Amino acid sequence: MGFITESLWKAVLLIVSGSPDVLSAVWTSLFISANSILLASLLGIPVGMGIGVGEFPLKRVLLTVLNSLMAMPTVVIGLLVYSVISRRGVLGAWNLLFTPIGMILGLTLLALPIVTNYSLSAVKGADPRIVPTALTLGATRFQSLLQLTREVRFGILAAIIAGFGRVISEVGAAMMLGGNIRGYTRTMTTAIALETEKGEFAYGLALGIILMGVALAINALLTFVQEKRRS
Amino acid sequence: MPKPPSAPAKAIGTSEPRDWRYYAVVVMSATPLFSLIVCAGMLSAADARLKLSTTTSTQDAGILDVLLPPFEKKCQCQVNVIAVGTGKALKLGESGDVDVVLVHARPMEDQFVAAGFGVNRRDVMYNDFVIIGPRDDPAHIGDAKTAADALKRIEAAKIPFISRGDESGTHQKEMELWRTAGLNPQGRWYRSVGQGMGETIIMATEVRGYTISDRGTYTKFKQGKTDLRILFEHQSGLLNPYGVIAVNPKKFPWVRYDLAMQFIDFLTGAQGQALIAGYRVGGEPVFFVPGRK
Repeated sequence: MGFITESLWKAVLLIVSGSPDVLSAVWTSLFISANSILLASLLGIPVGMGIGVGEFPLKRVLLTVLNSLMAMPTVVIGLLVYSVISRRGVLGAWNLLFTPIGMILGLTLLALPIVTNYSLSAVKGADPRIVPTALTLGATRFQSLLQLTREVRFGILAAIIAGFGRVISEVGAAMMLGGNIRGYTRTMTTAIALETEKGEFAYGLALGIILMGVALAINALLTFVQEKRRS
Repeated sequence: MPKPPSAPAKAIGTSEPRDWRYYAVVVMSATPLFSLIVCAGMLSAADARLKLSTTTSTQDAGILDVLLPPFEKKCQCQVNVIAVGTGKALKLGESGDVDVVLVHARPMEDQFVAAGFGVNRRDVMYNDFVIIGPRDDPAHIGDAKTAADALKRIEAAKIPFISRGDESGTHQKEMELWRTAGLNPQGRWYRSVGQGMGETIIMATEVRGYTISDRGTYTKFKQGKTDLRILFEHQSGLLNPYGVIAVNPKKFPWVRYDLAMQFIDFLTGAQGQALIAGYRVGGEPVFFVPGRK
């Protein structure tokens, strides 16, 4: 019990003191997660909705594959991206390994199946009459899909939140692709892993508490936006 | 969810006034652009970065925290530290993903240089390995004659032994000692965990077992993180020398050879050596510098 109290106390101290290491880890985490989820959303939402609306052969197979991709271990994604962006890889000349961009690349791939699947489910759960109705009322195909997006926006928001949760809590791929470089690619999660390795459990837990606080703040913000839209 | 039937028709028309949502969309579309600019900035700043792959022991013992700030000031650059086991640190050099390596496994270092991956290997510092275990020393290794003999006793007593199992310098040394002892450790008592030095000490502490550690990490952990004691030490076979090697620019033209050499000169020069020799953990020196050459 003393351990938990000590961690809570350390977390408070860390926040109050505004330690540059912690601030930089929070910033790196947010920057990388935000960009990954943005890219994943730009790709995943249209694709997910497209698959949900469309009827084509092998749709079931595709759905199964998408579902399985959600179970892809993060370390495997890390390895795949690593082998591509290492100097020996196809994109080696771009010098992306151990940079935030390399991490964003990996985490985007990680979030992509989640965002796609959630968007897909959102569309499948929507009233199937939305698109035909819009078309009857003189909308173009694109406008009708836009309308569908408006109808399922809460489902889409859920997709983004779920994807964000996955990327901000990621350790394996972030460690492998970023290299946990202090002040550059060290995120909150890789910092926690490092403190664990150093045996600084209370400090690691304190960072975990801060991470939860940040996640709570973001989700509260998103919920607020959601509520405001609903009203 | 049920929607008022008029909703679709209303939305399709573009006559709706631009409310805050419109601006939200504008801001959200501007974000990627902003990110792109930040990313570009990060990449262009990358040219003053020296990538150093090193062992977890140098990071965990805290020596890098005293060595890097003065060097960064001097070279007007930033050192990106990637702390992994020695095996992996050298692998990163073999693929040209780092500019300089600081490791501790002499045979592997020599191979690395012989294969043309590295140039200008220099001795930086050394300390030694210690065998640590529970205070009551259930395998009675305290009065063993050699490190290999100590390991034989642990094997005979079947007391848990935690092995790094990660191709790190410490793991290499451990394997060497088992070979010297003529043993191939196997069984429930021998636990190959594949983790860093710190985690390995913690695990050994939890299971009341033995492990081999470099003195630096152990000294750091003695401050309240482990109650294991040094049970076997001070033997010539347990020496732990650290070397620094520049990655060969002829093989990998993109490496920052200039910065790497500045770093090597700093570490082996007067200032670096003084910093290493003066570094204390809880009042104890943990690294020593090579004698006058």
